[in-house]
Amino acid sequence: MANLKTAEKKTKAQSMGLHTEVLTGKTQQKFFNPDEAENFFYWGAYDVDFNKRTDLDVKDMDCKEANRRIDELMSQGYGTIVIKNPQGKHSLGVGILNKLNLIFEGSLGYFGIGSIDGPMVRVNGRVGWSCAENMMAGKVVIEKNAGSCFGAAIRGGDLICKGSVGARTGIDQKGGTIIVGGDAGAFTGFMMQRGRIIIMGDVGINLGDSMYDGTIYVGGKIGSYGSDAIESPMTKSDIDWLKRKLKVAELGENFDVSKMTKVVAGKKLWNYDALEPTEKKGAI
Amino acid sequence: MCGIAGLIHRGKSSNVGSELQLMLQALKHRGPDSTGYALYAENDGKNFIMRFKVGENVGEGSTSVNEDSSVYDKRKKLVDNMLGELGAKVTKEDRLTPYSFRYEMEFNDDLMEFSKKIESIESVEILSIGKSLELIKDLGDAAAVSERYGLGDVKGTHAIGHARMATESGVDIKSAHPFWGYPFSDVSVVHNGQLTNYWNNRRVLENKGMRFMSECDSELIAVYLAEKMRNGATLEEGMKDSLTGLDGVFTYFVATKDSLGMAKDTMAAKPLVLYESDDLVAMGSEEIAIRSILPQEIDTYDPFDGEVKVWQI
Repeated sequence: MANLKTAEKKTKAQSMGLHTEVLTGKTQQKFFNPDEAENFFYWGAYDVDFNKRTDLDVKDMDCKEANRRIDELMSQGYGTIVIKNPQGKHSLGVGILNKLNLIFEGSLGYFGIGSIDGPMVRVNGRVGWSCAENMMAGKVVIEKNAGSCFGAAIRGGDLICKGSVGARTGIDQKGGTIIVGGDAGAFTGFMMQRGRIIIMGDVGINLGDSMYDGTIYVGGKIGSYGSDAIESPMTKSDIDWLKRKLKVAELGENFDVSKMTKVVAGKKLWNYDALEPTEKKGAI
Repeated sequence: MCGIAGLIHRGKSSNVGSELQLMLQALKHRGPDSTGYALYAENDGKNFIMRFKVGENVGEGSTSVNEDSSVYDKRKKLVDNMLGELGAKVTKEDRLTPYSFRYEMEFNDDLMEFSKKIESIESVEILSIGKSLELIKDLGDAAAVSERYGLGDVKGTHAIGHARMATESGVDIKSAHPFWGYPFSDVSVVHNGQLTNYWNNRRVLENKGMRFMSECDSELIAVYLAEKMRNGATLEEGMKDSLTGLDGVFTYFVATKDSLGMAKDTMAAKPLVLYESDDLVAMGSEEIAIRSILPQEIDTYDPFDGEVKVWQI
């Protein structure tokens, strides 16, 4: 853990504009240091070549074996791996902390591509519950529908579903962006803490229930608002960001984002007033 | 946890026995304690088929009390005598296990009174009565139950099934799914979830003359729907009522002789994946259940919270 009172580190991070505040008291934070190579790679990460491509048929494999084979292929330098016949198996492609192009030719079951940090993933099918849970970074594109708890607790990256998603999308989200081309079920953004969710279609009941922070944009009808979720005016920066994001997501380039509804936290939760001033600033 | 699966072929029959077995076997990890099938088979439709048991399976991790198997024969004789008294004519009789029977019979009177009389015999439970419904449930996984009861070759139009992880009640056949929609012929229900107003509803329904054979909360759904239909509601109306009448989290399937339905609670807390085409609807707690019979690439989706759907054959 970095010492916050080390002037050198504080200066570097601040000079890059990564933060401006100085936390005090018991709160600790480790700042990103671009001079430290280990900040860019996990221990044991592989140097892969995106132009080196291979197929992996997982039809007769269980998830452990399939994930082990993906790791082996990365260790051999393969940077593009096409998974054949996933056939709805659970927990495929989890825990990849590496740069990688990963393509699934079919559908995934529960917990697909969870806890990833870095890979670019495309699923030419559907995904089950809790897809990309705890994702840290990277980009995931689902070509069809997704189950419930889509993007649960993600910290970063772009998670895109071109179809519709189930209930509790973005539950406990802590960062990153979730984009849904179709409709979303009940409790979308439940207890989300940061990040953004874009739903181009309709959403179910209790949207943004008990959300602490973050922003939800909805293109269609809203079933009902959850506790402490309120509408907020769209700004020019919202519109510009949405246009860019939807274009990058290969969704609705001509979609009229200015008509979307913006939903944020009302911040009336009981513990919000109990935050220290610096914490409150950080949370906002 | 539990796993549920169902399928309906529209406009044709298929080998629903083996198809459902594959689907339920794929869900074994969700419920290893018991497996049940409600198969809507190609029967001639003239006579009633009654599936009943005169005791429990006391092996395979059962929580039931061990009994001398000789009591099974005594209870069977009592059932035979009672059938005679009630004017039911048995045309075919199969003993599938020491405790489980399948009778084909001619009967033209009130099924509720009939069932009450038969079940007044100690430890006798009617698993189902219907003209196409074949309801089979026992301890073990889908393959074991299918082999024990010879379900691999059963042809029919639709079926629902259940792989059970026993939570709030025992590991026994009486708590296993599917549940028959007593006293309606050909109605069956499977459920994944927990109902939190079970006892309140049960007391009300028992006061209206409905019967419960177990303390499994899922049985409530079958009885709840049966009571609604007894009062003139359609199946779909009864299912829509259940979204508010039943409290808790649930996804359930209900089947009749010519239809299959699904309902999902308003919290959408229990999983369901659905595949729908012009000639086939297949659904299950997890996609791997559907993939076990449709390995090719298909489009599936999760029904939303509070959704009710009914399909006809």
